[in-house]
Amino acid sequence: MLERVRAWLDERVAWNQIAEFLSHKTVPLHRYSYWYFLGGITLFLFGVQVVTGMLLLLYYRPTSNEAFESVQYIMTQVQFGWLVRSIHSWSANLMVFTAIAHMFSVLFLRAYRKPRELTWISGMVLLFLVMGFGFSGYLLPWNTLAFFATKVGTDMVGQMPLVGHKLMIFLRGGEEVSGATLTRFFGFHVALLPGITTLLVAVHLALVQRQGISVPPAIEAEWKASPAARRDMPFFPNFFLREMIAWYVALGVLGALAALAPWELGTKADPFASAPAGIKPEWYFLFMFQTLKLIPAKMWFLDGELVGLAAFGSAGLLWTLLPFFDREGARFGRKWIVGAGIFALAYMSVMTVYAYWAK
Amino acid sequence: MVGLAASGGWLRRLLAAGFLLVAASAWAQAPSSCLDCHSSLDPPKKVTAEQFATDIHAQKGLTCASCHGGDPSKDDDQAMSKAAGFRGHIKRSQVPELCAGCHADAAYMHKYNPSLRTDQLALYKTSVHGQRLAKGDEQVAVCTDCHSVHGIRPASDSRSSVHPLNVATTCSRCHSDAARMKPYSIPTDQFAGYSVSVHHEAQAVRGDLSAPTCTTCHSNHGAAPPGVASVEAVCSTCHVFQAQLFDSSPHKAAFAAAKMPGCVTCHSNHRIQHPTDALLGTGPQSVCTNCHAEGDAGFKVAGTAKEKISGLEAAIESADELLDRAERSGMDVSQAKLSQTQARDALTKARVSIHSVTVERILQDVQAGTKLAEQNLAAGNQALADRDYRRWGLGVSVIVILLTIAGLWLYIREIEGRNRSRPA
Amino acid sequence: MSPEGSEGGNQSLPRRAFVRTLLGSGFLGSLLSFFYPVARYLLPPPTSESSSDEVVAGTVGELKNNTGKIFRFGSKPGLLVRTSDGSYRALSATCTHLDCTVQYRGELQRVWCACHNGMYDLEGRNLSGPPPRPLQPYEVHVRGDEIVVTRSRRS
Repeated sequence: MLERVRAWLDERVAWNQIAEFLSHKTVPLHRYSYWYFLGGITLFLFGVQVVTGMLLLLYYRPTSNEAFESVQYIMTQVQFGWLVRSIHSWSANLMVFTAIAHMFSVLFLRAYRKPRELTWISGMVLLFLVMGFGFSGYLLPWNTLAFFATKVGTDMVGQMPLVGHKLMIFLRGGEEVSGATLTRFFGFHVALLPGITTLLVAVHLALVQRQGISVPPAIEAEWKASPAARRDMPFFPNFFLREMIAWYVALGVLGALAALAPWELGTKADPFASAPAGIKPEWYFLFMFQTLKLIPAKMWFLDGELVGLAAFGSAGLLWTLLPFFDREGARFGRKWIVGAGIFALAYMSVMTVYAYWAK
Repeated sequence: MVGLAASGGWLRRLLAAGFLLVAASAWAQAPSSCLDCHSSLDPPKKVTAEQFATDIHAQKGLTCASCHGGDPSKDDDQAMSKAAGFRGHIKRSQVPELCAGCHADAAYMHKYNPSLRTDQLALYKTSVHGQRLAKGDEQVAVCTDCHSVHGIRPASDSRSSVHPLNVATTCSRCHSDAARMKPYSIPTDQFAGYSVSVHHEAQAVRGDLSAPTCTTCHSNHGAAPPGVASVEAVCSTCHVFQAQLFDSSPHKAAFAAAKMPGCVTCHSNHRIQHPTDALLGTGPQSVCTNCHAEGDAGFKVAGTAKEKISGLEAAIESADELLDRAERSGMDVSQAKLSQTQARDALTKARVSIHSVTVERILQDVQAGTKLAEQNLAAGNQALADRDYRRWGLGVSVIVILLTIAGLWLYIREIEGRNRSRPA
Repeated sequence: MSPEGSEGGNQSLPRRAFVRTLLGSGFLGSLLSFFYPVARYLLPPPTSESSSDEVVAGTVGELKNNTGKIFRFGSKPGLLVRTSDGSYRALSATCTHLDCTVQYRGELQRVWCACHNGMYDLEGRNLSGPPPRPLQPYEVHVRGDEIVVTRSRRS
């Protein structure tokens, strides 16, 4: 039966060729191989987001009058609505975490080297898109925290020189955060960002299939010395089965989080009320938020916040162009990159913890 | 002057216009030589134009002469001549009659403000102030003491000394003055007591202008303390239910016999604090034990009432607590929380029904409230049960997931047992 | 990732069958535990979604003439009154004095607060007693056999 389906497909889309190509896909086996799971988990979580997001779309209403009530409806009246919504919120956070972890693991294993520069760049853009998903999605329940976090976040965008104000108005759909902002963010979150992300994920995956999975330089050296020591695992079925285990674990974690720590509703946003004390953005923006809070209002003749934003902006740009700083033979570049990676990881962790502590 | 008259027509016209302007302005201000002098005198004779301009009488076109007589268009002696009808300083004992000369004339007042009352003098004559004044005591309050003079604002103006928010302060000018009140043997703690009362708080903090102030219970022009028998009637103009319950309670007859005023005996007259449950029952702050002692029927009722009401309060609180807990675990209990407001309403009503001092009557409200609280408690328990059901569902899925993972792992071992890892 | 078995890694048949059964049933179970909630989710619940501005307060015929009932509007109570000529009025039911829930008194044709005897008329105007402000009136429309109450919208 399966054979007939395969034959039918092959006549139309050269299935056998594709299957043949995939059957050769291997995964290098070494002491760092476990890190290879992170990309797949991120992809799995993206799938979870798409499915739960589409389910939420059946009941969610993106207007300032009804958004909060519709989420309340989902949480309390819709059968298993609480499960879908809590999984969506938790998976979003988990996905940001695994995406960042995936990025750092690629950095430390130096998988961005030639010929994989484009994979790194597409991955970095994907990371920014994921954070855009997080920022836009966070507003959708239209509760007090979300409203003010969005206000603060878009205020910071407005601080940028020249384009800042126009960009802020574009994001907000006006001068203030309002129902227009909600409509816009909804459009970003369910149409614009998914469209771009899907394309980029396809590119990112195609590149990985084409170029194979990278081997860290240390291991490369070892295997060069003794070729017989090299081990590879076929992707199908061996590595894939292991990935399934990882995905099931992630699923279990999500279910547990949804049932034991359901995502809260909060209180409906009131644009005329004053911001509650201690407004903070979501955890993955905290390190930037905290940094901006610590920068003095004026540094020499420059506005402090501007300096902070410029620093993060240029850091992001340089990070995206990382592969071009680490060329073959330039050992100097490599040490800098590893150092920068450790510094960034440490800085982000410390600042995030600090932000929670500082309240 | 001849030179001027002979000069060009335009200059003459200019001078004429200027003269007319000055004359017009003087005319518009109603010629008042009074103010010309009196604005530079020392108090109490000092009256400035600015001050008088704020007076409602001035705004309506009346002048100094309207009350004091005389002729303001003349200077000095002629202005203040008897021929011109000058009355000079009005004696305190003559003030009410003077004011009433207009204010009791309905036809006259109709021209200015038809809705103003015109019985102030009649009421005043019934008041303690009026009666003492008639007997020759010039120390009591007359119109100008409360309404001020030369700068009188209508009572609706928040700057007026008789605006509801300011009445108590105005009364206290005399009534909190121990030296002044000594000859009459009137206590002077009323303002102090009122300032910490719920009525004052309603006015000053909540901005409720309908909240009672001195004149609400004592009348303004007919100011007199309500008699012992009528205190309850005064309070009952707002506190209807408490009065009705009191009237059908055993207390009515008992208080009358003991010549104790209703309401005030337990709640005080001026220092009326927000009543708490501590006023009930038989504890140290209870008002019941002021009369009732261990063993009598009233003592028992006091104890029972307190017990029932505290019970209802406790039921509401435990339902609240449970509902909060359910809400924190992510369950929706908004319907039950809404119903809790009705349970709290029942508690408020129960606290009012205390005044019947009859257990059956109090129980009506207590039981209604308890029923609601119990329903909401059940709803809270149901919410927690739903939460547990979810956790049970989670447990099942986790087991299924673990089984699958185990299956995958074993399957991997199996196929890799057959195919060892291939070299590149 | 070590191999098992002695003869080139082959496992006994019952063992293999067990593994396949375990894997199969686990996989099937996880699919079920996914599809079951999703299937239930897809079917809309009986109570329709409420917005903050609109609610179904009752059905036609539920109220007799000259009676009222309390309904829930968001998180606050509302009062639906059917007047003696059969038309409907809806008001906020939270008394403006100290937040007790008001009720309709048919014999007086007034809205009344039992806590301190506050009186309102059917337009919500505070007539007597302690209430300092009127009750907020709502709009009522009859849609089919549903009585729908809406409040004025502000974005």
